[in-house]
Amino acid sequence: MRPFQYERAASPARAVSSADAGSKYHAGGTTLIDLMKLDVWRPERLIDISALKEPRMTRIERNGKALRIGSMVTMAALAGDEGVRRSCPVLTDSLWLAASAQLRNMARLGGNVLQMTRCSYYRDTSYDQCNKRAPGSGCAALDGSNRHHAILGTSDACIATYPGDWAQALIALDAVVEILGKDGPKSVPFATLHRQPGNRPDVETTLAAGDLITAFVIPDADWARSKYLKIRDRESYAFALTSAAVALRMDGDAVSDVRIGLGGVATVPWRATAAEAVLKNAALSEDTAQQAAEAAFAGANTLEHNAYKVELGKRTLVRALMDTAGMEA
Amino acid sequence: MADVTNTAAPTMANAGKPIARYEARQKVTGGKIYGDDLAVPGKPAHGWLVTSAIAKGTITAIDDSAAKAVPGVLMIMTHENRPPLQPMKTFSTGGIGLTSQEPLGGPEIAHDGQIVALIVAETFEAAREAGRKLDISYNEGRPATTFGSPGVVRKTTKEVVGRGGGPTLGDVEAALAGSTHVVEAEYSTPVQHHNTIEMFTTTAFWEGDRLTLHEPSQFVWGAKVGLAKQLGIDPDNVHYVSPFVGGAFGAKAAIGHRTPLVALAAKQLGRPVKLVPTRDQCFTIAGYRQETKSKVRLGCDAEGRLTGYSHELDEFTSLLDPYHNGGLENSAAMYAFKAVGGDMFLSRGDRNVPVFMRSPPEVPVIYALESAMNELAEKAGMDPVAFRKLNDTRVNPVNGAPYTSRSLNECFDEAAASFGWSRRTPAPRSMRDGDWLIGWGCSMATYPTSMTPATARVTLNANGGAKVEVAAHDVGTGAYTIIGQTVGERLGIDPRRIIVQCGDSDLPPGPVSGGSVTTASVTSAVAKACDQLLAKMSASGPMSDEDRRAAFDRIGSNALIEYAEWTPAGMDPKQAKTLYEGGVPFAGGAGEDRTMFAFGAEMVEVRINERTREIRVPRMTGAFAAGHIMNPRTAHSQYLGGMIWGMGSALLEATEMDRLRGRYVNDNIAEYLVATNADIPQVDIIMVPEQDDEINVLGVKGIGELANVGTAAAITDAVYHATGVRIRDLPVRIEQLLV
Ligand SMILES: Cc1cc2nc3c(=O)[nH]c(=O)nc-3n(C[C@H](O)[C@H](O)[C@H](O)COP(=O)(O)OP(=O)(O)OC[C@H]3O[C@@H](n4cnc5c(N)ncnc54)[C@H](O)[C@@H]3O)c2cc1C
Ligand code: SF4
Repeated sequence: MRPFQYERAASPARAVSSADAGSKYHAGGTTLIDLMKLDVWRPERLIDISALKEPRMTRIERNGKALRIGSMVTMAALAGDEGVRRSCPVLTDSLWLAASAQLRNMARLGGNVLQMTRCSYYRDTSYDQCNKRAPGSGCAALDGSNRHHAILGTSDACIATYPGDWAQALIALDAVVEILGKDGPKSVPFATLHRQPGNRPDVETTLAAGDLITAFVIPDADWARSKYLKIRDRESYAFALTSAAVALRMDGDAVSDVRIGLGGVATVPWRATAAEAVLKNAALSEDTAQQAAEAAFAGANTLEHNAYKVELGKRTLVRALMDTAGMEA
Repeated sequence: MADVTNTAAPTMANAGKPIARYEARQKVTGGKIYGDDLAVPGKPAHGWLVTSAIAKGTITAIDDSAAKAVPGVLMIMTHENRPPLQPMKTFSTGGIGLTSQEPLGGPEIAHDGQIVALIVAETFEAAREAGRKLDISYNEGRPATTFGSPGVVRKTTKEVVGRGGGPTLGDVEAALAGSTHVVEAEYSTPVQHHNTIEMFTTTAFWEGDRLTLHEPSQFVWGAKVGLAKQLGIDPDNVHYVSPFVGGAFGAKAAIGHRTPLVALAAKQLGRPVKLVPTRDQCFTIAGYRQETKSKVRLGCDAEGRLTGYSHELDEFTSLLDPYHNGGLENSAAMYAFKAVGGDMFLSRGDRNVPVFMRSPPEVPVIYALESAMNELAEKAGMDPVAFRKLNDTRVNPVNGAPYTSRSLNECFDEAAASFGWSRRTPAPRSMRDGDWLIGWGCSMATYPTSMTPATARVTLNANGGAKVEVAAHDVGTGAYTIIGQTVGERLGIDPRRIIVQCGDSDLPPGPVSGGSVTTASVTSAVAKACDQLLAKMSASGPMSDEDRRAAFDRIGSNALIEYAEWTPAGMDPKQAKTLYEGGVPFAGGAGEDRTMFAFGAEMVEVRINERTREIRVPRMTGAFAAGHIMNPRTAHSQYLGGMIWGMGSALLEATEMDRLRGRYVNDNIAEYLVATNADIPQVDIIMVPEQDDEINVLGVKGIGELANVGTAAAITDAVYHATGVRIRDLPVRIEQLLV
């Protein structure tokens, strides 16, 4: 860690006007401080937004079908919200299955969606090669240890997995991100928040310097038949090897609407649109679920240690679809 | 969330009282009992290690200008300016060093994460910042990383270290050729790191010529003598203080590079220096369990009687020092084999030196043997429990030396009854619950009972208070508690009135806390000192308060002190002297005249999702027999922790390596997985009464390294039973099951 200045933001507007290229927002700090201790991030200034009390940033609100979740809400608070659990269990599950109780109490949802990859070469500055950390230096994971790395949305420059769980539910449910920027408030689809690595893996998001996430809005938050299935090496406190966020609307056996997010397998939160197209208006069965899974992983690129994610990812999606279909609507 | 239910130990025959731990209160209230917590004279300076970014090569330049400029930096020690040190011998060659490589000895890099600089500053933060700013340039070579890597050479252990062929009995090839059923299979175990919660910390300060170290240690006397040699000073001027250790598992017996460096820094700066390394540094500045391969051939006749057992054991080790475990002499003693053969091999690479890790030889070797036993039972069409009972032995088949006691069959009976083993249907994939495939598997657990010389001083006061002093170690096992209990039971006094002092090199010497020797050895010395006290009071057993007071009145004194030295039966009593010189002569296990082992039987249930194949272990049962149990409560903890460790060893724990770069990749406890509560819903422990009057004074066997042996074989067999897929390479990973 290197010396830095610390300031506490008095208001969202002050936070935004104070921010610049050398500063970072501090929400729960569980990603930020970790990476600072590892010397991966070296911000000159921290702007602590964790004590902001603005209702639009701290509340969980329902407005008709829409659900609005403030960016300062903790993972634990949203996970514990009964109304959300009834209307969109996929939002709740994906939080309960993430991190640990301590982390869920600290971490804010705004910070959660911006958590960084767990790629060991990114997190350890003693490795020379990492395009995400040191642009143009190469990628050690390509010929190194890559069991946990992504198979979708990768590039020759970076194959780092986006590790978060909740983002898969957000992308599946067509969430919108509310942002306060230097030029005032704006809204963008959650699906455009993260950038695939391409040849610039160091640029993670489409946020501009100073952009402050204030809330997440799910315009149509009525997905009682939804679920998050997470497969991991141990039963608790582990990142996903593969995961699937699934939301279904059924008309008898037929799928009238379907949303699929995939975790553990891609460089960014991943919407499986091709799989959705297979299922839309089809009868849900083992066969159609399997076809959807094939479609979802058709473009997968694998390396020495992560090839298993194709088969595991497909099985995860099939199981999630069948389990979700079996839920009471 | 799963309920966590663990049955408490029932009261049992041949056991002491299940009293609470001596230090229970301090442990649950956060008492300052660990090395790094202890007070030092004056304000300490803080250390930070810089470790190499490559596994092989040389340092070509060090630019310390930016690091030096950090306010508060007091010292940057590198190979260019390190004060002189004497050579250090390794544990295997009669010393206490982790490695014979010199600390900061030169620009050569022999492994990933080798210490290349020690920075000392006024604050931890300044030292760390300077560490990040120290600019080191390397000339990088291609490391030989592990089995199969380019540049790795395989030799027999005997060629490398001059001894170490496997045990032989009869003609194993002929025995295998004449067998009705033969299993031939290869098993492998991965690199594992101890990941003790307490890091490898060191605090050093000098008062005149006298050096004090606060450092977690499993062997304070050995460390004192060894470090004194390395620093070129009188051992009486080194004081090692390690009252409690926050997890050791074998990693804290040998001295690595950090200790002499911190001592040198404290001397040079004239003030205490405190070092707390990071978790990832602990992967490379200390030891680890090396990867192994076992090729086992095992045969039986038509009735299921074992014939030949051949075991070729491959261990990986460092080019610096050929640390290795062996272990075939123990596995060859396990069953009634008619013929035994095999050999041991070492492959060496650019790696840090491995070290003991909980049940060092048994974990890989018994895993391989017990897996082959399960596979052979299946081939012979026998239940694996019945198969083992049929092949039980009362003697070591290799040399005919009788077991002092062996209750393996009783353990299997008790475990089977409690687990419900008779309800197991033998065919793979024959048990299921909805989408979950169910598998049941079993294994033997075993650990040699070893003993070493020990000493102890016991002071008894007329009023029934007492103090017992011995430089033994409590690595979380309950040593203080049972040492106090020994005095209480022997003299007939309340254990709560006994002060126990351990973990300090100013106390009478005790053995290394390794090989599970502490209980058997130290309580023997303590009991002997107590018997000397009783003799002085003309008593032959525990005394009532009145009798004791009367005896003190008779003698005309208010306190009596006795010092005892004890050596295991069959060992030359002169060997006690070795203890004072910082050594530890071991006796036990598969000996010439007697065979001494503790045994257990373990049964596990796994549930595997038919589709996604994740493995869960809803319940495990272990039944263990290990002679007199000093304290069923602390013993229960050891068994419980052991089985959980064994489960983790089978399914979770493995250090991943970048084979190209020769570096450990998952060097943190988010990615190096150990069991969480959710992974271990139910563990049932049964203690099977066993009496062994021959083995030592109190009839006890070491239990700290028993319960984690064999668990992996039970789990892989259960995985096979559930899925029909045999996995022989640990840990079992989900990708191996996606077939
Ligand atoms: C050991 C461990 C295990 C974990 N396991 C899981 C897991 O299984 N699943 C999972 O999903 N996550 C897991 N996590 C990640 C965890 O969920 C995130 O660290 C956490 O959610 C981040 O939230 P925070 O508030 O602490 O963010 P911070 O660390 O405060 O911030 C993270 C980033 O977001 C930026 N930021 C924060 N708030 C805003 C805002 N409002 N607007 C703009 N930028 C902002 C910060 O500047 C920073 O760049 C784990 C973390 C750890 C340490
Ligand atoms: S995968 Fe990405 S983050 Fe990991 S080393 Fe390669 S470039 Fe860096």
